[in-house]
Amino acid sequence: MNKTRASGRTVGGLRTLLLQAPAVSLLFLWMIVPLAMTVWFSLQRYNLLMPGMTGFAGLENYEYLFTDPALWSAIGTTLLLVGWVLAITVVGGTLLAVLFQQEFLGRGIARVLAISPFFVMPTVSALIWKNMMMHPANGVLAWLAESLGLPAVDWFSSLPLTSIVIIVGWQWLPFALLILLTAMQSLDDDQVEAARMDGAGPIAIFFFITLPHLKRAISVVIMIEMIFLLTIFAEIFVTTSGGPGLATTNLAYLIYIRALLDFDVGMASAGGVVAIVLANIVAVFLVRMVARNLDN
Amino acid sequence: MTTKTQSMSAAGATRAANGPRFGALSSRRLWLTVLGWTVAGVIFFPIFWMVLTGFKTEAEAIADPSLIFSPTLDSYAEVQSRADYLHFALNSVVVSFGSTLLALVIAIPSAYAMAFLPTKRTKGTLLWMLSTKMLPPVGVLVPIYLLFRDFGLLDTRTGLVIVYTLMNLPIVVWMLYTFFKDLPRDILEAGRMDGAGTLQEVWYLLLPLTLPGIASTGLLAVILSWNEAFWSLNLTSSQAAPLTAYIASFSSPEGLFWAKLSAASTMAIAPILVFGWLTQKQMVRGLTFGAVK
Repeated sequence: MNKTRASGRTVGGLRTLLLQAPAVSLLFLWMIVPLAMTVWFSLQRYNLLMPGMTGFAGLENYEYLFTDPALWSAIGTTLLLVGWVLAITVVGGTLLAVLFQQEFLGRGIARVLAISPFFVMPTVSALIWKNMMMHPANGVLAWLAESLGLPAVDWFSSLPLTSIVIIVGWQWLPFALLILLTAMQSLDDDQVEAARMDGAGPIAIFFFITLPHLKRAISVVIMIEMIFLLTIFAEIFVTTSGGPGLATTNLAYLIYIRALLDFDVGMASAGGVVAIVLANIVAVFLVRMVARNLDN
Repeated sequence: MTTKTQSMSAAGATRAANGPRFGALSSRRLWLTVLGWTVAGVIFFPIFWMVLTGFKTEAEAIADPSLIFSPTLDSYAEVQSRADYLHFALNSVVVSFGSTLLALVIAIPSAYAMAFLPTKRTKGTLLWMLSTKMLPPVGVLVPIYLLFRDFGLLDTRTGLVIVYTLMNLPIVVWMLYTFFKDLPRDILEAGRMDGAGTLQEVWYLLLPLTLPGIASTGLLAVILSWNEAFWSLNLTSSQAAPLTAYIASFSSPEGLFWAKLSAASTMAIAPILVFGWLTQKQMVRGLTFGAVK
């Protein structure tokens, strides 16, 4: 009995292994080959502009990187960007989900309009905002400010990071709305009705019934958004190019500057390694927490 | 609907006189309608404005915002004469759908194993797969570029399909896993009793039963591939360039010609926007990862 069960498990284990082999091995290659090459380059003197200067550099690139104020600023910007966008989309998405859950005329169409930005390419949405919305002279926001008698804001030079947060938030708010709206639909009406009978106001119902109900959905939103927000690139590339100064340079963009603008493959690779480490720190702390939340 | 008394506001009363169908338009509902449409309008406005600008002349595009103008197709004609839209659109379609199909084919056995033959390592494997998504692509651009050059994959659809497949694979595996896990085990057990092998089990039972989940997973993967801009810009130049590259070619030097830029942008996002509208209900089920039922 024991024997058969044991062998059954081995066969099962083997089957699991075989079935998973394609996905796991491909992803492993996709991760490990570039990673190994990145680590290798990060230990080399490798600048495309200086072909003569090659060879083993040891930790020189890292030493240079860690004493470079740009690195810390980029890490800070990365975290600020992720934090603000998450805050805006989760809070805004929850409120919007409550709104679009209510019965009103043409709700279906209003919903579709509100989730549309999620389908727009990041490059296109960055271009729309940069040119048609936030342009200091001809943009809609400038026109709006002038009509109200306010001075026009030069968004990308005076509030660069805020501008990026607005653009990225605009793209991801619909995503949060989409998920949370679905979650709202499984909210138990009887429970809400019972609470109302007991004299609970709308605010109490929101905090004690709706919000706890949305907990798992919010975890999903946070986890997925984080995966994408940590590596935001196109929006910065199209609008501010990381500036003014380093104001909107996140880690992804800093590596891009080093690799493609300074042609310093060694430094860029060292930056890549740092980004990978940072991503893993975030992964360990947050994804695990969220994943545990998903199990319950 | 039960609040007849509340609906005696001015608007509610007039509507109520028209028949019972409009009786529900209480003042609360009226306010919600106004609020809901305002919010939706504000969120949608930038897209609306872009579409509108595409039909203006360049002079009108940078003039004070106005809804009144005589629409023209000049920008579209101009844009089309400079770059063949269909060439880029076809690349986008081939690459998005090709990579999605490939990712599904690779992911289904893996998700099946995780859901029905779990081991101690299953959870860890899943988290590891997702963590590969957190690597900034730019961090590994140089090695990938060099590898692509050596294998002759630069500026080929095959190359992009490979990258997008791998890029979406973790999310596809995870989504499928949650759908498969929801399936009652008894059904598969019954199939096994009847002598179905693994392949038949997957083909005749698992796939048909989880088709909605597989579809929504695929839809999300298509959208993510369609909108991906980093790899497509760095790994293609002309032959295999998708719509993201098409837009980029209009953005940098001609950024000031808003009407042309808008026309090009509208054409680039129209297919996926319509696709998204048509499939949003279906997609939501996948996006919620089975966490929300």
